[in-house]
This record gives sequence, structure tokens and C-alpha cells, in this order.
Amino acid sequence: MLLFTVKRLLMLIPVFLAISVVIFMLVHLVPGDPIDNIIRVGATPAEKAALVARYGLDQPIWAQYVNWFSKMVQGDLGDAIILRRPVADLIAQNLPHSLALGSLALVFSTVVGITAGAIAAIYRDTWFDRGVMTVILLGSTVPSFWLALLMILLFAVTLGWFPVSGARTASALVLPVLTIGLGGVALVARVTRVAMMDIARRDFVMMLHAKGVSRWRIELGSVLRHAMMPVVTILSLRIGWILGGAVAVEFVFARPGLGSLLITSLNQRDYPVVQGCLLMLAIAVMLGTLLGDIVQAIMDPRIREGMK
Amino acid sequence: MALRFLWGVVHTPRGGASAFVLMLVIACALFAPLIAPYGYALQNLPGSNTSPNALHWLGTDEFGRDLLSRIIHGARTSLTVAVTAISISVVVGMTFGAIAGYFGGMFDRVVTAVVDLTWSFPEILIALILIAIIGTGTESIIIAISIAYLAQFTRLTRAQVMALRQETYIEATVNLGAGHFHVIFRHLLPNAITPVIVAGMLAIGDAIILEATLGFFGLGAQPPIPSWGAMMSSGTAQIFIAPWIILFPGAAIALTVISINLFGDALIDALNIRSRLRDV
Repeated sequence: MLLFTVKRLLMLIPVFLAISVVIFMLVHLVPGDPIDNIIRVGATPAEKAALVARYGLDQPIWAQYVNWFSKMVQGDLGDAIILRRPVADLIAQNLPHSLALGSLALVFSTVVGITAGAIAAIYRDTWFDRGVMTVILLGSTVPSFWLALLMILLFAVTLGWFPVSGARTASALVLPVLTIGLGGVALVARVTRVAMMDIARRDFVMMLHAKGVSRWRIELGSVLRHAMMPVVTILSLRIGWILGGAVAVEFVFARPGLGSLLITSLNQRDYPVVQGCLLMLAIAVMLGTLLGDIVQAIMDPRIREGMK
Repeated sequence: MALRFLWGVVHTPRGGASAFVLMLVIACALFAPLIAPYGYALQNLPGSNTSPNALHWLGTDEFGRDLLSRIIHGARTSLTVAVTAISISVVVGMTFGAIAGYFGGMFDRVVTAVVDLTWSFPEILIALILIAIIGTGTESIIIAISIAYLAQFTRLTRAQVMALRQETYIEATVNLGAGHFHVIFRHLLPNAITPVIVAGMLAIGDAIILEATLGFFGLGAQPPIPSWGAMMSSGTAQIFIAPWIILFPGAAIALTVISINLFGDALIDALNIRSRLRDV
């Protein structure tokens, strides 16, 4: 198991290098001179040359990349242009909020999704099954930021149960988690339902029925257990989507977090911050996928063996 | 033949209902200035934030602009961006996928590596990276969305072509002396195209949501050009006094996307291609 984890971790290195090149190139691909973005109006050519030298922009591009990369792995992501603070500080401040939101949303969509999918599968082709699946279909097709606004309208403005925005209290987490989680619930419920209905047709399930094992024991003890495999696969593949959804939802709820930091700095063209946020999100997606792979390998020995 | 087939799809309940909504949205996009009761930029400050009434069926926004007219014009922005972006994505993705799947080798390995790399990233993150590079505005988000969905169509086409390449009739064509170009464009792609087109149609729904999200962030079409996302973005400031500004554009998106999904679903069933779409 350790060997598998190490191997998968090593496979991430080229991916990480490729992503870091793309994110590094960001500043250089933007039309115009990056110095023009940060220099004050009316600066002399000498001042400009000093700034160019200070940011190392007079060096060849590969040297700049090596320089940037070595600083980055040491945790130095440069300074924010607008906010005038180290980017690493800004990220350290915002990351915990995003992590809390993302992990709670993941837990919510897993638990509720599997429950809803399992109930729909057990009561297949009844009004309950159709009702659950229709609500889930509707929930997954509306834009997440609109769902967020609807939640604010209903639960915060009209009913006043939860705060409209911010992150001061724990209750401020409820609506954002629900909004992101619902998209995940739809996916998990659909996969659980299909997988359970597929497993229920297998011979070993028939045999359990023939042996007289109670229906609930079969459905929950055998069918659901075997149906977890595709659910984990989908969750590990789509872990990045939860982060993607978090970007919009953080922005709507005006919560601190990587997503809202990214959008704000993108609008302000604060590129060092944009680079830092994208890098962190990319790392999060990679680690999330890795985590999913490990869980899959724990559940299915064939995957472990295949890697050796 | 094609017409009769479409007639069959439209005659199912969900196919018919979704086709009706889609026709309505497309008509709005095509003939927006004729259908809309007011101009999309016509301001009337004394009549700002009025609730839905006989004059303004869906109410007005913070500048007193008619919401219904702006939603009708917004259909034009959303559909143009989504359809253009996905068309580019489908054409480029099919080309990459077909070449990679047919020839294999180094090109295939590079394409597969890039596709696998982008596959685990949410489209919105890819689009945001690209917008950081190429800037904001309608053209930029078209490019960003088309690249964000490229991996999906490349992967799908490649899988189709790989499966078809083993068929006897392809082997026969090659043995009869047909060139690579002829085999790819006359034999492989026509047979691989159906699932890719249907996946493309479904992706238009996702692209509409992505366009609205980017517009909501203020990265898309610039004011006063109405887009569904940007309308809701300005509506958030009015959420307490004029909730209809965010309710109706969102409902327009939801209705359009649900119709696209239902119609796509009806097409998948009618064409019997569910299994060909699943393994990707």
C-alpha cells in the first residue's frame, strides 16, 4: 500500500511541473509589459530599469522560471501588487476557509448522495424514486451561484435563519455547504442508484434471496457495499469539481477563501495573487485525485496489484 | 430521413416539451430586437427596481431597464458564446482525437497526456487560467470555454476512432489503397460523429452555465450588453429590494439548460448511443 502511494505521488511530479510552467507563463503571456502594471505613472527610464532588475525580468525566461520555482517550493510566492502583502500570507489566511467549506461539502454530498441514491434504488420505479431523481436532476442543472442566491433569498433574507454572507459564525457555513453539496449529491445519488440496480441483478444476490436472507440485509449489507466502488471512482474523479463549485459560491457569499481571492485579484489584474491561487487550487485538485486513488486502491486489491 | 427521425424525437413528451422551450430561446436569440418590448439599454431612472407589472412583465433593474427585454437580448449573448465555443471545441477536439486515435505513436501519447492532465481539472478553473492570460470580454470567454471543453471531445473522438479502426471495412478500405485523409474523413469520422455531436449538444448546456458564471464574476460581456450572468451580478446589490433581478435571469438559464439536457437525453435514447457515451 505504501509502495502504491509513493508511486502515485511520484507520478504527480511531472504533472505539477507542467502546471507550474503554465501558471508561471501567465504573467509573461499577458499582453503588455508586466512592469507597466506596477510602475507609478511618470517614472523615469532609470526607475523602470531598476524595477526590471529587481524582479529579475532582464534574465532569460528559463532562468526566471527556475528562480520563481525555487522560491515557490520554499513558500515564497512574491508580493501582491494591490494588497501589498506577501502572497503566501494571503493564501495562508484564506486557505483554511476554503478547506473547511470544501471538506464539509464533500462529506455532505457523500452522505446525503449515498443515502438518497440507496433509497431510490431500494424503492426503484416508485413515485419516491422518481421524485428524488427529478429533484436531483433539477438541482444539478441550475448554476451553483444562482442556487446560492436563491438560498440567500429564502433562508437568509426571508426566513432569517442564517447569515447572508461572511464567515464569522459556524452557521454562516450552512448555506455555502448546502449549495456546493447539492451538485455533488446529484452525482453521487445517480451513480449509487445505477450501481445498486446493476449489482442487484447479479447471481450472488439472487442466491442470497434464495437462501432467505432478509431483503434489507441484502440491500444494505451486500448490494450497497459492492456498489460503493463506482461511487468512490466518481468522487475521486470529480473532487476538483467541488473546488470549482466552491469558487463561485465563495464569491456569492462574500466568504474569505481561495475562490473569492482569485476572482477579486483577477478583476484587479493582481497577477502574483492569481498565480498563487491557481497554484494552490491545482495542488488541491491533484491531492484530491490522489486521495481518491488511494481510497480506491484500499477498496480494490486489483488496482494495487496493477501498479506493481 | 433526418426530418422523420427528429419528428420521432419531438413526439416523445420530454423531447417535445424541451424542443418547444429550445425553439423559443433560439427565436429570442435570433430575433431579439423584434421580440423584446424595449431596448436592452433603455434606462428610466425614476422607474428603477419596479416589481413585475403590466408594463414591465418581469419588472425593471436598478437603472429602470426592462428585465424581460434584457433577458431576451441576454439569450443572444449566452447562446452565441456557448454555441460558438462548443462548435470550435468539437471541431478541434474531433481533429485531434481522430489523428491521435488513427495514427497513434508520439502524437497520440502527447495528446493523451495533455487530455489526462486537464481532465481532472474543473472546466471553470481552466477557463479562469485562460482568462487570466487572454483577458476579459466576449471573445476571450469564447476561447476560454472552447479550450476548457477540448479534452472531453478529443477523448471521446479518440475512443470512437480507436474502436472503429479495428473494423473490417476500414481494413478493406486501407487495403484498397485509400489514403489516410480519405479513411479518416470519409469513413472514420462519419461513423464516430454521432456521439460526439450529442455530447457537444449536452456540453452547450454546461457552457451556458460556465458563461453565466464567468459573466457573474464580471469577466464576460461588458455592460451595457446584457448577459444572464452579468445581470444577476448587478442584481446581488438589489437582493433585498428587487429579488426579481436575480430570479428571472437564473430561471431563464435553468429552463434553457434543463431543456438542453432533456432533449439531449431524448436524442441519446432515440439514437441508442448511451453505451458509446458511457465509457468516456
